[in-house]
Amino acid sequence: MSAPTVVDSTPRPALPAREGSLPARVLRGAATPGGGVVVLVLLLLAAIIAANPVFGQPESLIRFVGRTAPIAIAALGQYFVIVSGEFDLSMGAVVTTQVVIAGNLIGQEDSRVVPVLLLMLVIGALIGVVNGLATTWLKVPSFIVTLGTMLALSGFVLWWTGGAAQGNPVDSFRQIGRGGIEGVPVVGVLPYPALILTVLAVGAAWLQTRPFGRTLVAVGDNPEATRLAGASVWGLKTRAFVLSALSATVAGIILVGYAGVHPSVGRGYEFTAITAVVLGGVVLGGGRGWALSAAAGAFALELLFTLLTFLGVRSTWRDTVQGVIIIVAVAVAGRAWQRRATRRRPAAPDTAETDPGTTTGER
Amino acid sequence: MMRTTIARGGLAALASLALVAGCSTDQSLDNPPAEEDPAAAEDTAGDTAEDTAEDQAGGGSDEWFDQAVYEEQDQQRSATFEGPEDQPWLQYIDGEMADTSEYTADGPQKVCFSNASIDNPWRQTGWITMNQQLQVLQDEGVISQMETRDAQADDNAQIADIDYFIAEGNCDAFVISPNSTAALTPAVERACDTGKPVVVFDRGVETDCATTFIHPIGGYAWGIDTAEFLLEHLEEGDKVIALRILPGVDVLEHRWAAAQRIFEDAGIEAVDYFTGADPTEIKSIISDELTTGEVQGVWMDAGDGAVAAIEAFEDAGRDYPVMTGEDEMSFLRKWEDTGLTGLAPVYSNFQWRTPLLAVEKIFAGEEVPREWVLPQEPISEDERADFLAANEGMPDGHYAKFGGEDLPGYPEVWQERIIP
Repeated sequence: MSAPTVVDSTPRPALPAREGSLPARVLRGAATPGGGVVVLVLLLLAAIIAANPVFGQPESLIRFVGRTAPIAIAALGQYFVIVSGEFDLSMGAVVTTQVVIAGNLIGQEDSRVVPVLLLMLVIGALIGVVNGLATTWLKVPSFIVTLGTMLALSGFVLWWTGGAAQGNPVDSFRQIGRGGIEGVPVVGVLPYPALILTVLAVGAAWLQTRPFGRTLVAVGDNPEATRLAGASVWGLKTRAFVLSALSATVAGIILVGYAGVHPSVGRGYEFTAITAVVLGGVVLGGGRGWALSAAAGAFALELLFTLLTFLGVRSTWRDTVQGVIIIVAVAVAGRAWQRRATRRRPAAPDTAETDPGTTTGER
Repeated sequence: MMRTTIARGGLAALASLALVAGCSTDQSLDNPPAEEDPAAAEDTAGDTAEDTAEDQAGGGSDEWFDQAVYEEQDQQRSATFEGPEDQPWLQYIDGEMADTSEYTADGPQKVCFSNASIDNPWRQTGWITMNQQLQVLQDEGVISQMETRDAQADDNAQIADIDYFIAEGNCDAFVISPNSTAALTPAVERACDTGKPVVVFDRGVETDCATTFIHPIGGYAWGIDTAEFLLEHLEEGDKVIALRILPGVDVLEHRWAAAQRIFEDAGIEAVDYFTGADPTEIKSIISDELTTGEVQGVWMDAGDGAVAAIEAFEDAGRDYPVMTGEDEMSFLRKWEDTGLTGLAPVYSNFQWRTPLLAVEKIFAGEEVPREWVLPQEPISEDERADFLAANEGMPDGHYAKFGGEDLPGYPEVWQERIIP
């Protein structure tokens, strides 16, 4: 695929997303990997409620949403990186670092909450910038760069904590992840993490429809073409890394409240987030996928784990399940998008677009 | 360290994105079990020679259960301890004594300490105490210096450390806190072969060549104390959630093997989970269990994460469970705040003082117990206030029975918690 200047003389077909009636479009969406994950979430939910009806009560459901919020937020951030054709492996280490920073710097001082919160966001953004620039300017593959960031941050945390638990920060800070709005009809307590997730999900969906989001997908699909079209590839990718590190930071802030300070918090988050993203039908290697599907992927994953727990499967199997899911989801998503793409473009079978699911191999 | 392991696997996993599962499975197989475990490293004294690290496959508790050792530890819980009343770190159960007259030495001697790790709050607290004890013995002219190597929970690193000490350390005595039982045995034997005194503490090795082996009673005793406490406050048919750090670490397994047996016999429904001491995981587990039904008791094989477990009940708006944690300050404080019915089993942290005091005795030619079994008494609700008051101002990761009140630097050194 070294010839990005293929001239496609056939007229582009109309965008199918605007074709047909609303129910037809919903059905068509559900048949894609990105929409299918919503169907999966509903199926899993039904299965869990069948296994344990209490889970279906609004109070339980909203608590589950609150609990899943950090991982869903991480998946939203990871989406932007993956759709641009890169990986962010430093996510878990960023979460841990932020958790430890919150624990050590805030302590029991209410007055430090806001300054430390701002500091954490700045640190998060900086990590994203470093990841982005090292990937785009130094041309180091992103999974090496972020692996390096991950190790550097882990070493820093180990040095700072000696690998052991620290004291929790002041309760007012922990309220962000532990508290909620009380007395809400139907659900009782509306957890703050659920609210934060809603706001960020809307923001991510909006961002995805903006020029930034659309160009980012184009970068993931074909960076060379996008560059020739005049887009700043390094700028776009760096911004994606910043979004990812910031989402890890927000996840960390929530986790400090939800769980407390411990060097194991955030462990494995990068893989859980990547699993969630691919489960949401986002193609590894970039160029295909929706932000909200990534968040839905996080819910599907957590629901699956909950179902396994309710069915009495030991938690030690969790990693195995996650491993299998990654393989299956990548395989299914790759094929499904491919089928869709070929069906959409019957007139141009031999263009550069024949196998969009494996764009990584072309670079 | 956990992170490093994931990272190593990470490259491969991303190449195919297939090895995610493999990464975590490997940790318990190709590394010493305590490596990524914050609390596991602390215990393990009870693992005497009959436990082998090959047993790591985990699974049912039967393979971890040794009736004879169980009964021995059960009796030791009520044993009479010899030695000074107010210095539990010098107490021991009457037994065979080792003659040390051949090691009698004049003037300050050099001690070489091979440490498994300081990667959990229990070991960090003990390490601080040990350094203050060292200061006393240096001032008294018993020890000239202590050269320490920290293996960071890596068997191979610790074997290399010990061999370095033997070859180039110029050591007059060895103090070894082994990372794992089977793997470190040959290295400890090589240290014994030098003819210098060897003091092993905390976890054991499969040889009795050491001059003395220092440890609190052990894992079964912990299991018996905690399970019997829960039984007192629960009824038949009640449900207990057992939160365990990870499978395959012998003494953690002993704690659970003993407790599980007692729960079974009493008709208590006990469900065990591995948490990796991750509070996020602990909260999810308990939330799910509370969604499924009532939970009357929580049992922990180490106190790390106890606060998260209690908070999960608060978040779900349920009554507090009957619970056993550990003598870590975070648990003692939360226990008092909530007023729940609880017990703080103790894996005597003061044992970190004993090895250097043993070295002092050995160089003086005084006999020491060949197996130095230290007291291991849980903290009950009645005693809690005293321990909270005595440890006021200590950080959450501090252990109430650290036994360093009479050492120089008390209390600032432990309050500041600067790891030497």
